[in-house]
Amino acid sequence: MSKRYTKKTFVLEIFAIIVAFIFLIPFYFVIVNSLKGFSEILIDAAALPKEWLFSNYIKVWQILDFPRAFWNSLTITVFSNIGLVIISSMAAWKMVRTPGKISKTLFVFFVAAMVIPFQTVMIPLVKLGGMLGIMNSIPGIILMYFGFGVPLSLFLYHGFVKTVPIEVEESARIDGCSQFGVFWRIVFPLLKPITVTVVILNTLWIWNDYLLPLLVLQDASLRTIPLATSSFFAQYTKQWDMGLAALVLGITPIIIFFLFLQKHIIKGIASGSIK
Amino acid sequence: MKKILSYLAFVGPALIFFIVIQIIPFFMGVYYSFTSWNGISSATEWVGLENYKKIFTNDERFFDSFMFTTKFMFAAVLISNIIGFSFALLLNSALKTRNLLRTAFFIPNVIGGLLLGFIWQFIFVRGFSAIGEMTNISFFQQAWLGDAQTAFWGIVIVFAWQISGYMMVIYIAALQGVDTSLLEAARIDGASTFTTLRKIIIPLILPAFTICFFLTISMAFKIFDLNLSLTGGGPFNSTQSVAINIYQEAFTNNNYGLGSAKSILFFVVVAIFTTLQVMLTKRKEVEA
Repeated sequence: MSKRYTKKTFVLEIFAIIVAFIFLIPFYFVIVNSLKGFSEILIDAAALPKEWLFSNYIKVWQILDFPRAFWNSLTITVFSNIGLVIISSMAAWKMVRTPGKISKTLFVFFVAAMVIPFQTVMIPLVKLGGMLGIMNSIPGIILMYFGFGVPLSLFLYHGFVKTVPIEVEESARIDGCSQFGVFWRIVFPLLKPITVTVVILNTLWIWNDYLLPLLVLQDASLRTIPLATSSFFAQYTKQWDMGLAALVLGITPIIIFFLFLQKHIIKGIASGSIK
Repeated sequence: MKKILSYLAFVGPALIFFIVIQIIPFFMGVYYSFTSWNGISSATEWVGLENYKKIFTNDERFFDSFMFTTKFMFAAVLISNIIGFSFALLLNSALKTRNLLRTAFFIPNVIGGLLLGFIWQFIFVRGFSAIGEMTNISFFQQAWLGDAQTAFWGIVIVFAWQISGYMMVIYIAALQGVDTSLLEAARIDGASTFTTLRKIIIPLILPAFTICFFLTISMAFKIFDLNLSLTGGGPFNSTQSVAINIYQEAFTNNNYGLGSAKSILFFVVVAIFTTLQVMLTKRKEVEA
C-alpha cells in the first residue's frame, strides 16, 4: 500500500491491465459481430469482420424505431429525476430541521420500505394504476417512479442535510426570507454534491428499468429502450447479426452518459453507499 | 397551525407519492393474497389461507425457484464480493492507470440487467465456443446455457461480472479511509501483507462489508431482468428465480391472488435475510 512507484507496482500494473482486457472481452465480441453478416458470425465469432457491414444498424434503427424509444427513455428519466430531487430534498430538509417524534417516525417509515421488493407491490399496483388512470402513459410511469424513488433519495438527502450548518438559514430568516426562499435560494444550492449522487443513482436505475415499463407501458409507441430491445429479441430470436446491432444501439446512450460523467459517478456511488 | 402547514408543504408531496405508490399497494397485496382474484373479474372471493396452503403443499416449482434463488444468492454474493474486494486492493495501489482501470471495471454496472443478459447469451453461445475452438480448453466448450448445472454458474458469472465493479468502488472508498500510519506501524513491526490485511485492514473496513453484503444479497434475491434475458428460467425451469415465478403466476397464469401470496412470502424472506445480515455484521463491527 506504499504510494511510491516501485518495480512491484509496475508488475501489478501490467497484471491489472491484462485482467481489465479479459474483463472487457464481451464488448469486443458484441461490437465486432454486430458488424458481420449472419453466416460469418457462425463461422468464426472471434475474428474481425472480413467486410464491415453497417447495414445491420440501419435495419435495426428502423425496426426498433430507435429515436422514439430513446426519446421515451429520456423523457421518463429526466422528469422522474426532476421530481425526485424536488420532493425528496424538500422533505429531507424539513424533517432534519424539525427534530421530534414525527420526523423520526416518518424517517424510519420511509427507510424501512426499502426492504419491500418490487415484486410485492407490482400486482396491486397494476390495479391501482388502472383505477387512478395512470396506466399506459408516460406521465403515469413518471409519477410511479416518484413513489419508488423517494425512500433512497430522501435517505441520501437526509444524511447530507445534517452536515449543512444551520446558521446561514437562521440569518436569512431574520432578514425576512420565507421558508421556501430559504430552502430554494440558500439550502438547495448547498445540497449540490448529494443532488449529483441522487441524480446519478436514479438515472442508472430508471434508464435501465425493465419490469415497471413492461407492466405499465403497453403501447408500442411508448416503449423505452429496454422494452423495445426485448421485444426485438422475442421477434428475431437468434438473429444474432441484427440482435447484436440492437444491443450496441441500446447500450450506447448510457455508456456515453457514463464516460462523460465517470468521475462524478464513481465518486457519487462511493459517497452514496458509505453514508 | 402555520407550522403544521409548512411541514406538510415540504414533507407532504414525498409522503403522498410514497404512500400511494408503495404502501397502499403493499397492503392491497396482503389483502389479495387471501383471495382468489384472477386480475380480470371485479369479484374477488375471500379464500382465507387457501393460497398459502397451496404454495406450501402443492407448488413444487415455487419451492424449486426458492431453492435456486437462495443457492444463487450465496454463490453470487460470495464471488462478486471476493472479486470486488480484490479489484479494490489492486486499484488502491499507486498504479498510473488506476482511474482508467476503475472506469473499465465499473462499466458493466451502467448497462441494465436485461441487455447484459442478451449480451452474455451471445457470449456463452457463440463467444465461448469460438474461444474453445482456438484454445481447446474444455471450460469454453460446454453447452453453458443448455445444462442446469452450468446455466446456474452462467448466471452467477454474469451477475458477478456486472456487480463486482460496484462493490470495488465501495471497497476502494473504504480503503482510502484507512489510516496509513497504522499500516506503516504494522510494516515496521514486520507484519506480512496478508497479516496486515487480515488483522488491520479488514477489521477497519467492516462497515463496507456490511453495505456490500446488504446490497448484493438484496440484488441477488430480487434477480429478474438478467435471469429473464439470459436463460428465461431454463433449461426446464431449473434457473427460475422467485421474481420470475411470481411474475408468471400473476401475469401469465392470471392467478393474481396466488401471485400476491407468493409475493408476500417473498417479502418476508427478503426482509428476514437482509435484517439478519445487517445485524450479524453490525455486531462484528462493534467487536472490532
